Amino acid sequence: MQLSAEELEIVLLSLKVSGVAILVALLPAFALAWVLARRRFPGRVLLDALVHLPLVLPPVVTGWLLLLAFGNNGPAGRWLMETVGLTFMFRWTGAALAAAIMALPLMVRAMRLSIEAIDRRLEGAARTLGAGPWRTFFSITLPLSMPGVLAALVLGFARSIGEFGATITFVSNIPGETRTLPLAIYSALQIPGGESNVTRLALISVLLSLAALVLSELLARRGTQGRDAHVL
Amino acid sequence: MSFDVDITLSRGEPPIHASFTVPAGITVLFGPSGIGKTSILDAVAGLLRPVCGRISVDGSVLFDSSRRIDLPPEKRACGYVFQDGRLFPHRNVRDNLLYGWRLAAPERRWMALEEAVTFLDIGSLLHRMPRTLSGGEAQRVAIGRALLSGPRFLVMDEPLSSLDVPRREEIMAVIERIRDELGLPILYVSHDRAEVGRLAGHVIAL
Repeated sequence: MQLSAEELEIVLLSLKVSGVAILVALLPAFALAWVLARRRFPGRVLLDALVHLPLVLPPVVTGWLLLLAFGNNGPAGRWLMETVGLTFMFRWTGAALAAAIMALPLMVRAMRLSIEAIDRRLEGAARTLGAGPWRTFFSITLPLSMPGVLAALVLGFARSIGEFGATITFVSNIPGETRTLPLAIYSALQIPGGESNVTRLALISVLLSLAALVLSELLARRGTQGRDAHVL
Repeated sequence: MSFDVDITLSRGEPPIHASFTVPAGITVLFGPSGIGKTSILDAVAGLLRPVCGRISVDGSVLFDSSRRIDLPPEKRACGYVFQDGRLFPHRNVRDNLLYGWRLAAPERRWMALEEAVTFLDIGSLLHRMPRTLSGGEAQRVAIGRALLSGPRFLVMDEPLSSLDVPRREEIMAVIERIRDELGLPILYVSHDRAEVGRLAGHVIAL
């Protein structure tokens, strides 16, 4: 199958949006996962609920809330524009932000499960062997939570590449800027006689998602030397 | 005096109180399960903070609530051998052994990897992962890891309990050699009378 220039642009844009989204979400998601797994504090239940909100809200509502907060007149949007010159409206950065917010709950869940599964007594053992809290984190906690991090990246990527509702509400459907694969498929469906385009784009989606899954399985297998490696 | 301990721990009710002063050699904390022996070791190692009291080993104060001294575990130079080995599952035997050694200041290292490997006869295990070791092998590696971290004293929490009889004999011999050849003060938890009779210089009954 030979991709047309337009299709190639759509695929590359989708990869860019999803890639940036999960990379941006990774650190905050890990921090949230760690806090929710390890710390007991007042408001923990509320924080947990807030993190999960994008998972249960209609994506259109999430998109509208993003518009209110990160639009050119929104408080966060205005602040980011004035301090670092970052704008989201009608731009791919907005699509990446929407995808990151939608992927966040899944990423937090995956990493949290992994962190909760770590035997904390191993961290105690590291401390008695001379490792301070940070070294213990980086040499014990982080490597042992890697399966969760990997799962989070795969789930987050899958969620991002399929993201539709929040994106189209927040940053509209602009060719070359915010028209990712799902939005392109939706647009093609609106055009009479666009079925062959839809089929091609849908096939590309399937292949992309499959490739991501296979790649992550291979990575997981290498990381654990073939022992019961499953990302999901 | 090697161990000078007088602490109160609040892990459940009633609070645990431990007070003993013992000379060098092996000191066995002896008593039934669930009485808080492990908690006392955790307090000495710095993994559990006592409500109040004082812990010093060989004259250096590790914890003193009245003087607000509480050294973190990584500053106590305590070689802890856990009941279950507690090897790091994502590192091979060699990297487990060297974990504490690499972190210790060079002048604090009194044993080299080769010596530990010979002492414990674990040369053939160096490239294995912990999950592939038998209980006795894992426990020998755990002892080696503790010794290589350059400890000034050891605490051992029923290191024989997960082993079958021949393996027990093997590890017991290793512990006797640590006592006799290395001369490290050892605080040792057990609920087995035979073990106590053979190893103990001093017995603290709890």
